[in-house]
Amino acid sequence: MHKDHDINVHEVTRVEGHGNIVINVRKGRVEELRLEIIESPRFFEAMLRGRRYDEAQHIMSRICGICAVSHTSASVKAVESATGMRISKRARLLRELAFCGETLQSHILHLYFLVLPDFFSVGSIVPLIKSHPEIARMGLGLKKLANEICRIVGGRHVHPISIFPGGVVHVPKPRELKDLKKALTGSFERLEKTIELFEGFEVPDFEGSREFISLRAAKGYPFYEGDPFSSMDASIGQESYTKRIKEYTVPHSTAKHARTSHGTFMVGALARFNNNHRRLHPRARKAAKRLLLKPGCSNPFMNNQAQLVECIHLTEEAISLVDRLLEVGLAAERPARPRRFGRGIGLVEAPRGTLYHEYRINRDGLIEEVNCIIPTAQNLRSIERDLGEFVVTILDRPRDEITRSVESLVRAYDPCISCSTHIMDVKFV
Amino acid sequence: MIPTVKKPRLAFFSFTCCEGCQLMVLNCEDEFPDLVKLVDIVNFREAMSEKSDDYDVAFVEGSISRREEIKKLKEIRKRASTVIALGACSSTGGLNCLRNRFPVEEAKRIVYGKDAAVRKIKDTIRARPIDSIIEVDHYIHGCPITKEEFLSTLKALLLGKAPEVPNHPVCVDCKMAGNICVFERGATCMGPVTRAGCNAICITYGSICWGCRGTVDNPNMDAHEETLRRYGLTADSVTRSLDLYGGCTVRKKTGRGD
Ligand code: SF4
Ligand code: SF4
Ligand code: SF4
Repeated sequence: MHKDHDINVHEVTRVEGHGNIVINVRKGRVEELRLEIIESPRFFEAMLRGRRYDEAQHIMSRICGICAVSHTSASVKAVESATGMRISKRARLLRELAFCGETLQSHILHLYFLVLPDFFSVGSIVPLIKSHPEIARMGLGLKKLANEICRIVGGRHVHPISIFPGGVVHVPKPRELKDLKKALTGSFERLEKTIELFEGFEVPDFEGSREFISLRAAKGYPFYEGDPFSSMDASIGQESYTKRIKEYTVPHSTAKHARTSHGTFMVGALARFNNNHRRLHPRARKAAKRLLLKPGCSNPFMNNQAQLVECIHLTEEAISLVDRLLEVGLAAERPARPRRFGRGIGLVEAPRGTLYHEYRINRDGLIEEVNCIIPTAQNLRSIERDLGEFVVTILDRPRDEITRSVESLVRAYDPCISCSTHIMDVKFV
Repeated sequence: MIPTVKKPRLAFFSFTCCEGCQLMVLNCEDEFPDLVKLVDIVNFREAMSEKSDDYDVAFVEGSISRREEIKKLKEIRKRASTVIALGACSSTGGLNCLRNRFPVEEAKRIVYGKDAAVRKIKDTIRARPIDSIIEVDHYIHGCPITKEEFLSTLKALLLGKAPEVPNHPVCVDCKMAGNICVFERGATCMGPVTRAGCNAICITYGSICWGCRGTVDNPNMDAHEETLRRYGLTADSVTRSLDLYGGCTVRKKTGRGD
């Protein structure tokens, strides 16, 4: 089989942000392969410099509309660790609930709007509204409920309002939480149907061993909290994160790439699943079985299935958070005040993987230095490597099909390109 | 029988931004099925693979921050009969303009260090709103936009009317929402000079107004600064609250074309 192919996907669709895929195959060999990131850089490091510590979360949330709760949370956690602020139990539960909402919303958006059209060989969810109205309605309903969680806690899903350094400055009404619990309980039926749907789709057979990095918490499945953990050499301290993850620039991308001493690694739902599957709610573990997702899975296409499994877990988690919040009570409180200023780190699991914010705040409470490591930037090297290894396995297919398959591989990673171009790299001295 | 009229063709484009305003459009879950009956969405890269260059209404999200984007934006203006700025990044420059406090070369160096010469970021320019380059027909303000305003703008367009843009300060909405003014607890607020239309949502959810919707048409800036000072705020915190969303220095252009 000696085939030549020039595959050029200008602006991959149904991913967040702007990127191109360029693959040249000569005589069955990949000669050129790039995932070009053409998104405009946004210079958040420059934007944040000189701003006050309590403006950081508002500014950094604007890195990404989809994972705004994650950026806001990583930001307030970094500020809180730099200023010695402690937050109340209630504030923490509220933030965790907002996380459930965001990750659910992000996964549902990805699975229904971005991935599902591939399985039906259509270009978007729009034709499905006509051809499969019940499926489209299921997706829209699940997405709406996820948004509602964020609205109840943060005021809105895109750029949450109430998450502040030192606490959460708004409390939901008990009625809102009770209604939410009812809606969440009712949503399992739709989630089960979604699993049925995904059970029926064929997943390309493609394995490639790699390192999986995610947080791991002392208790529970990690989203809001945990320490970095590698599938290859266990625990990585928070302070060592920037030593383990090395970022570098490549000419074809406005986002940086990253590697560890083991080379290529992956972050995101599949990495979290592999590193934390024992912590999943039993119902989510059952879902994994049905979806043929096994711990240690290294097929990046299965990231979709891992997201779906997390949706089940997060729905259970959100219900239990509502119960705990009602128990703790919903008295309003003002945020804690800074006790000192210095350097701090905030780490969370964003929907697409481990997110790292680090700030240095001066004596006047102004931010002097910023460093962020964004999930998608950590995955870019892995996506490129997979593209190269995957494309040679499908060279005998028609060009259109090859193009569609490589696009769906990129999509399975759920890259968030506009996020990834906001990489800021400043050496801390 | 209702006569069949050609459905308007809508396109969505995104420049330098967080894509949060597009996401607000996708958050119209209840309205979505009806929406696609009334209009044809022919370009929406984040959510669809179908693409067409034949459209009537272009929603443009994001600031302009690279020379390449200027070219694309002018192309959009040529093709669309109506251009709508979607969100703060696009209508006022939004938060992106914060980086304009530094010269472009320095901003690049801060972020990319010695790799600042990387080809892809070479054509970076100061961040600016789209109306500094093309003529804009309507504005939907906010960071992010509200879905209500997106839907009401669309509805007005479908009815052939000009969409209404509120021109009173957030304080009015804030009082109607029954909030206690944050000045009472010593916080700063941009509400007195900021364009309403968001129901003062940030104050209702425990925060302050950051000024994301831009100022009303004739803001009384002097009086506002005076109020800020009266509440004992330092000159620094006054400038700080004014330049978060008001830092754009690249002005609106007049006339269509160049
Ligand atoms: S206006 Fe705000 S929400 Fe909208 S794209 Fe810009 S940064 Fe994002
Ligand atoms: S809190 Fe802000 S918007 Fe509300 S009344 Fe006071 S100054 Fe106006
Ligand atoms: S209250 Fe102010 S900052 Fe908040 S949405 Fe309204 S205009 Fe924007």
